[in-house]
Amino acid sequence: MKKIKRIIASMLAFTLLFVVVACNGTKDPDTTTTKLPDTSNETPKESGGQEPVAGQGKVLNIWGWNDEFQGLFENYFGGVPDDVEVKFTLVPSDDNAYQNALDEALLSQENAPDDEKIDLFLVEADYALKYVNSPYTLDIINDVGLTQEDIAGQYTYTQEIVTDSDGAIKGTSWQATPGLFAYRRSIAKDVLGTDDPDEVQLALSTWDKFYEVAEKAHAKGYKMLSGYDDSYRTFSNNVSSPWVDDKLNIVIDDNVYAWIDQTKDFTDKGYNNGSSLWDDQWAADQGPDGKVFGFFYSTWGINFTLLGNALDTPLPDGVSATGDPDAFKEATEGNGIFGDYGVIEGPQNYYWGGSWLCAATGSDNLDLVKDIMIKMTCDADTLIKITQDTQDFTNNVEAMETLAADDDFASAFLGGQNHIALFAESAKGIDMSNISAYDQGLNEGIQTAFRDYFNDNVDFETALDNFYVNAIEKYPELKRPE
Amino acid sequence: MKKLCRQSRKSISYAKWGYIFLLPFFVVFIIFTLIPLASTIYYSFFENYMSGLTQIGPKFIGLDNYRKILLESDLPKYAWNTFLIWTLGFIPQILISLVLALWFSSKRLDLKFTRFYKTVIYMPNLIMAAAFSMLFFALFSDVGPVNNILIALGHQPFSFLQSVSGNRGLIALMNFLLWFGNTTILIMAAVMGIDDSIIEAAQIDGAGPWKTFIHVTLPSIRPILVYVIITSMIGGIQMFDVPQILTNGRGGPNRSSMTLIMYLNNHLYSKNYGLAGALSVILLIATSLLSLIVYRNLTEKE
Repeated sequence: MKKIKRIIASMLAFTLLFVVVACNGTKDPDTTTTKLPDTSNETPKESGGQEPVAGQGKVLNIWGWNDEFQGLFENYFGGVPDDVEVKFTLVPSDDNAYQNALDEALLSQENAPDDEKIDLFLVEADYALKYVNSPYTLDIINDVGLTQEDIAGQYTYTQEIVTDSDGAIKGTSWQATPGLFAYRRSIAKDVLGTDDPDEVQLALSTWDKFYEVAEKAHAKGYKMLSGYDDSYRTFSNNVSSPWVDDKLNIVIDDNVYAWIDQTKDFTDKGYNNGSSLWDDQWAADQGPDGKVFGFFYSTWGINFTLLGNALDTPLPDGVSATGDPDAFKEATEGNGIFGDYGVIEGPQNYYWGGSWLCAATGSDNLDLVKDIMIKMTCDADTLIKITQDTQDFTNNVEAMETLAADDDFASAFLGGQNHIALFAESAKGIDMSNISAYDQGLNEGIQTAFRDYFNDNVDFETALDNFYVNAIEKYPELKRPE
Repeated sequence: MKKLCRQSRKSISYAKWGYIFLLPFFVVFIIFTLIPLASTIYYSFFENYMSGLTQIGPKFIGLDNYRKILLESDLPKYAWNTFLIWTLGFIPQILISLVLALWFSSKRLDLKFTRFYKTVIYMPNLIMAAAFSMLFFALFSDVGPVNNILIALGHQPFSFLQSVSGNRGLIALMNFLLWFGNTTILIMAAVMGIDDSIIEAAQIDGAGPWKTFIHVTLPSIRPILVYVIITSMIGGIQMFDVPQILTNGRGGPNRSSMTLIMYLNNHLYSKNYGLAGALSVILLIATSLLSLIVYRNLTEKE
């Protein structure tokens, strides 16, 4: 018996040891209610003492959710020293996976080995504020070392959106993202009798006119839009107040209600195809067999998504309009509906998306990060080249105005249109003052919840309930207004 | 007494080796099960989540998380979803498994190639549930092959993934396909363990195949049936990967395919360990109770 007792006792002692070790790591639950991560040592501005680990680590860690920036970086940034390895970590945004992974990495950044520390990461407009208003991003002027002159050429709204509550700019972007309506020229000709962008814009300049055209298109066997969420950003990015007020109540703007009404109406009348953004149906609708009049898009979408969807056979690797014009012409001519799209502002000026580069607190490659930020987001020559190659609208006012005025600049994909002229005009009107840190979860939530309503699975009230339930699951601190 | 003690001391005891060999299990159990369980229960009494990158809490709030889950949430709805989908999958599963097990082990039928069939019906279980779900997602999507076949046959396309019954039906079907092979093999083992003489005796007494099945076979395989029902029920309560992937985490239209664990998973968006912990504890109690009831009922002596 004694032996058994001894064994049991030693086992208990053993487990106790584990409990103690395990509990040492956890915080004392009773002491605080709201605990901000203690980073006073990390932000040099506040402590004045410790500098961030500047200079040159051997591994440059860049985090993002798709390969858009990776492609640009590899093609346009040549300045990586030979002994530095660039490591991209790409986690898809679906199901919030990117932010979950990024948060975990940032929260353990302090204790990570230098070579595993995140140096640079990308954020989207919908959740930029979450990172901007946290101590995990560096001030690009005071910490990273860019100068006001460096960023003077950018569209100012791209800086305002990543400015934290103390006025520090915490990110920088290579693109500006005015929204647009991309229409099928052949369908416009059939429905409106013209495919000229100016005249199509006249026909679609207000929501009432848009509705009339949808009716006409429907009569001819076309759908005006592909799915439910197509026009969402046009409404939601023109709201009059942020998603969440200062008392943490969720506010559904009248414009979001307008989207719900319009989409329900379009769905009931068969003016859309019932797809969801990014799904197979939506992509197919943009292709050669599509019967959809047009798509609300943003500047980045033309080259990154729409072009690929429009082709029958994908472009060979490495072929671009400027790199090898002949090969490009050969690969695209008669390929799917290349050349059949045109772009206009549409019924309402808006913006959609955009990616920003943020320098991570604790980076051991700040010099390189600074070089990347300057070359990729401030250097006018690089930005012009990106626009010429990829048709993307880049973040330099002067360069874009020059291209806009350039009669020779035209996009073959857009049937010879100079789309930069259009964007340079609408970019001036972008106002992102109503974004909040909750945008991503709530925008996704309302689109998901109301899909059931559009599909006639639930009534309006139930969809609204489902939206609130989902929103408060995602953000427990938010409240449903009484 | 003294003499006895001395005697037992002298005899060699191998018992200590038993405990030593048990040790690894207990260590692993304590580290990976007991401590997490205890901390889950502990944290269920705290407000503890992330708001963006900011940690809120932990702050002791007593039973508030339990109140929220039990009184303010749609928990009964998710429990009903889970139960319904499980039942839809389990009834065909147990019936078909019973029939197959009887066929495969029947001496009268003496089927050829049973080994081959057994392998084939077990196959789906080897596929990862997530991959299986992904496959169904692609097959039954609005522009997927199933709808293409429907159109080719002159039917209207059906939006499986946008309809309540479509979603629930597909999840139940997948659970059925994944598990009926496993159940068949378990039941078959039990059926083959029945002494032939009992069945022969019943037949000599004039019992037909149906009566033999009801009065001889079923009572004899009862322990295995209990086991199958309990494990399937616990698996059913924990249903997660199949519906999560099929519905893209949304739980189908109007959250009608949202299972209990998917609801639990929703709270991890904000790393809401308090609320999720409370829900886990409630599920733990429910699972234990259910198992106890089923076990009692089925093992009762008549």
